[in-house]
Amino acid sequence: MSVSREEVKKIAKLAKLDLAEDKIEEYTLQLNQILEYVEKLNELDTENVEPLSHPVENINVFREDIIEESVSREDALKNAPSRTEEFFKVPKIIKSDQ
Amino acid sequence: MADYSSIQEKILNIRSGEIKLKENILYFLNQIERNKDLNAFNFVFADCLDQSEMIENKIREGKNGKLAGAVIAVKDVIAVKDKPLTCSSEILSKYTSIYNATVVEKLIQEDAIIIGKTNCDEFAMGSSNENSAFGRVLNPVNKEFVPGGSSGGSAVAVAANLCDAALGSDTGGSIRQPASFCGIFGLKPTYGKVSRYGLTAFASSFDSIGAFSKCTSDLALITEVISGHDIKDSTSANIVNQLFDLSFSNKLKIGLPKEYFSDDIDKDVMETIQAKIQELKANGFEIIEISLPHTEYAIAAYYILTTAEASANLARFDGVRYTRRAKEFHDLEEMYSRTRSEGFGDEVKRRIMLGTYVLSSGYYDAYYKKAQKVRRLIQNDFMNAFAEVDLILTPTSPFTAFKLGEKSSNPLQMYLSDIYTTSANLAGIPGMNIPVGKDSSGLPIGLQALANQFEEERILQFSNYLEQNILKRTEL
Repeated sequence: MSVSREEVKKIAKLAKLDLAEDKIEEYTLQLNQILEYVEKLNELDTENVEPLSHPVENINVFREDIIEESVSREDALKNAPSRTEEFFKVPKIIKSDQ
Repeated sequence: MADYSSIQEKILNIRSGEIKLKENILYFLNQIERNKDLNAFNFVFADCLDQSEMIENKIREGKNGKLAGAVIAVKDVIAVKDKPLTCSSEILSKYTSIYNATVVEKLIQEDAIIIGKTNCDEFAMGSSNENSAFGRVLNPVNKEFVPGGSSGGSAVAVAANLCDAALGSDTGGSIRQPASFCGIFGLKPTYGKVSRYGLTAFASSFDSIGAFSKCTSDLALITEVISGHDIKDSTSANIVNQLFDLSFSNKLKIGLPKEYFSDDIDKDVMETIQAKIQELKANGFEIIEISLPHTEYAIAAYYILTTAEASANLARFDGVRYTRRAKEFHDLEEMYSRTRSEGFGDEVKRRIMLGTYVLSSGYYDAYYKKAQKVRRLIQNDFMNAFAEVDLILTPTSPFTAFKLGEKSSNPLQMYLSDIYTTSANLAGIPGMNIPVGKDSSGLPIGLQALANQFEEERILQFSNYLEQNILKRTEL
């Protein structure tokens, strides 16, 4: 499998990255090198192998559903680039012409 | 000035009055200043001097914690309350931690002194510490060479005697490989043994926090302190935290995986490690050849799985919560993409791209699921091996430190330098670097010891034995 320039542009959009043309060129080349290398996994027959998602297979971790003290609102908002007294502030999402 | 051979000895010397803690901390602050060109630290906390009197008093009164007065540096991917946490990335350059990571909390409870945050590859992604918004880190053994990565700053801080010990994180070798390149001890514990709460997530099912030190006993002490179940990390193992006993009664059965002793290894690395193995044999260790047949697939599986996890973990840096937001944008979508494009460096973007690709619709089964299946095969290899042997020995890296810039233009070449370390993270087992010698140009050579999950004690006992009986002081 190889990845085209157009696909790299599409992936960048999915990953929310703006890439300059020369970067798209470079990443297309490098991603293809890496993907070509990882092709070697197909040498292995894994038909009957269970995927391993976690190295220590834990059982579900539960706790009682009781309110516990957590990060304060002030602390949570401390690093916000833009905020009000109580909220994170983001640019307007609903456009006026819609 | 730092004329003690372990943290325990330092505590005794402070108690007897032989060492003044304030002078000791000043010595390290001075060392950091004098070795600024190594670029090991992103931030130095000179205000840690304020704690010296209180901790010295505790030591005198015998009311001190296990790490009292130990001067410890923390990799800048781990949260220290009210201090910067940048992950060596532009995107977090203004971020301040609002809480302590569990490991930091545990160090402080035992009266350790946090002297600063160390440089690393951006978001712990790299094998040379050349990908950092704070600039590259130099190897103190020879400044033309890389210190290894991603925890390069932590390794250098210990190797250049800028602190007593340091914390790092290891996702695919980021503690063991820089420890090997800088000639010090470094242990990646079993996945889940140490809480990840407060560690900025790179690849959540791989990341482990561990320590760097100048001797085995310090490493045992710190690992003991930072380990243990934590309700704040649902993947932390719910087992009783053991205290390590380094005394060594029975001789271990050791396996040498033939796949790790190939012709690709540097001649000096091979000869040095073989010489140590001969000495172990002469000292009565039973050493056999074993096979870990899926070794050659580790790097491929590792880079698919970790980039996939990274692409999801780094989605949170969107310009809303973590300080940095692009100045100019027309709408929300553009705010996200500009913020991320300006804030992330090249290697981080490359890995987000690869991770997004392998998770994207149509490719998920071919790459991600396939790699998870291979991860199972690699873990099975180790389970089979540990049914037969107690410990596995390999080189930590097939070569000693490489030159600055030597691999930075070819990402795949750089990825392949993790060839002996990623398997431990895929399988979730503990692994340690033990410095065992130097090559013909004086660069350190590292031996990697691997054990089954939660058998850190075996590795530490072995390392301690090696340190006390086989390694000469000049080799360390």
